[in-house]
Amino acid sequence: MIPNFITSYLGSTLTPGEAGSQFWALVYVFIIFAGVSVAVMSMNWLERKALAHFQIRLGPMRVGPHGLLQPIADAIKLLLKEDIIPAEADQFVFWVAPLIGLLAAFTVYTVIPFGPSQAVSDMNIGVLFMLGVSSLGVLGIVVAGWASNSHYPLIGALRSSAQIVSYEVAMGLAVVSAILMTSLNDTGTGTLSMIGIVRAQEQQGVWFIFKFFPLGLIAFIVFAIAMIAETNRAPFDIAEAESELTAGYHTEYSGLRWSLFMLAEYAAMIAVSSIAVTLWLGGWLRPFPNLLHAPAWDFIFSLFPAMTFLGLAAIAFIGVAGTPAHSFLKVQKIGLAGFGSVLGCIALLLFVLAFSGRSANVNLGSRLNESIGYIYWFLLKVAVFMYLFIWYRATWPRYRFDQLMRVGWKVLLPISLAVLVGTAIAGVLFS
Amino acid sequence: MNPAMNSALNSTNSAMAPVATPSFFYALAALALISGFLVITRRNVVHSALALIVTLLSVAGLYLMLYAPFVAGVQIIVYAGGIMVLFLFVIMLVNIERSYNDRRFSSLWPVGLGAACALLALFVFAFAKGRALFPDRLMPLSEAANTQQIATMLYGDAGKAGQYTFVFEIASLLLLVAILGAVVMTKKKI
Repeated sequence: MIPNFITSYLGSTLTPGEAGSQFWALVYVFIIFAGVSVAVMSMNWLERKALAHFQIRLGPMRVGPHGLLQPIADAIKLLLKEDIIPAEADQFVFWVAPLIGLLAAFTVYTVIPFGPSQAVSDMNIGVLFMLGVSSLGVLGIVVAGWASNSHYPLIGALRSSAQIVSYEVAMGLAVVSAILMTSLNDTGTGTLSMIGIVRAQEQQGVWFIFKFFPLGLIAFIVFAIAMIAETNRAPFDIAEAESELTAGYHTEYSGLRWSLFMLAEYAAMIAVSSIAVTLWLGGWLRPFPNLLHAPAWDFIFSLFPAMTFLGLAAIAFIGVAGTPAHSFLKVQKIGLAGFGSVLGCIALLLFVLAFSGRSANVNLGSRLNESIGYIYWFLLKVAVFMYLFIWYRATWPRYRFDQLMRVGWKVLLPISLAVLVGTAIAGVLFS
Repeated sequence: MNPAMNSALNSTNSAMAPVATPSFFYALAALALISGFLVITRRNVVHSALALIVTLLSVAGLYLMLYAPFVAGVQIIVYAGGIMVLFLFVIMLVNIERSYNDRRFSSLWPVGLGAACALLALFVFAFAKGRALFPDRLMPLSEAANTQQIATMLYGDAGKAGQYTFVFEIASLLLLVAILGAVVMTKKKI
């Protein structure tokens, strides 16, 4: 009975929201929540490690092989730490501020399409909902800075609110020019739905980043800059500039509450990257679905997820081979080998799925294989953005506040307006 | 906070089946009223602003229940996300300590009472007259294409001016004038 239930679901091409299945919607919410939390932890490790290598350091090395267990150690430390609320702080607001940011960051995931049916729900107002709810996240920052009743947090909060309100304008206009492109079909009607936007790219046979070259590319770049400012990341992290404001808006926070801020920040980073991927980089679509559309190509591209895990396993085993033979490192060596074996097993499973999906007409296998492909390509594109976030942080020095405002209002805003007008003209001329 | 969650849940459900259950309505309406009351009773300005955000979000939830997801989305992005951040920004710039102890609007209470009575009379009138006051509903209840319907009303179908094109353009002109006015007032030298 239960397998039947699952197979009937996997055969469906609707999101749980459309199908009206509250059970599956709930399952999706739990999977996404767990997945984002794990992604944030691994992002934490990757950021420390990558930053360290950028600066020719080793980074975390002690907890687990190559510091792989460092995020878990950090999490335990933060949970056990004393939770301090300053005496002069506004107790209630201080308590509620991190929750606002966290709730805003996680609510956005309701509409992110990991695949054509792999989203909690497909809303008619998808993009609008995402932009609106993610803009609520700044309230958490502003309110936290005020409730701390201290100078540095207040200055951080003021900077953050001014910055986010400014960059939201350019960001919104860039998004509008991408939405305009969805209307270039027979009916002339565009869509705000996240799934509809990816479907429009599929139909037009081009990712919107390459549409009306270079208009799509410029809009994408404007969005890519504005989204860094929206998430308060370097080089736009003046709200928490540690050289001037110690830690900005979360100076007075410690322990669990501080970690909630970090969780919200990284979750918001993944969310805005997902918007960029959905709007300009074809969402769940694999590269060249129109040029290379023979079944053989489908099969080759369906091997990518398995190959990725195989590659990760190989890296782990190279690490095992490179570990010096010393009795102190024995446990680490075994742990890393175990980690590599798990990755290898996942790769094997994915290979089996890919081959079974090809050979037999087993509906379940091919559907599952297809879903894995969609999710894989979506997450791969998001992962590129996440790495870029780290790369930016290691590369560029922080902007000064007036420079930041000048870039936002005098450079990005006119450019995005011009791109919007240009897209409209190009759409009328070439469609 | 709750309303954001509510509105998310609401719109998820509204794609499935009619969601306009009375319990949702009463919960959202009660939230809007309570937080609206808090806006005017809190002495601390920031607390008032936070309560106002809750009010705006629960009103967004009510829009969702009226099958108007686009208006709900705009409500969240413009009011809760944009204007309230500016409100908080301004509140933090001005000196709160002084206004904290003032008796506010003490001489204006007769005006307020009059306005409240007038509003109450209007509500009672609308309630008594009921449906007869309002035109038959213009929009069919299909939130699947809500955004497209709004676009058709504002801009019209191909080759035909929309019902509200002129009003919409006038409103945008008014906003443009306001923006220019603000720039002229703050910048002495342009």
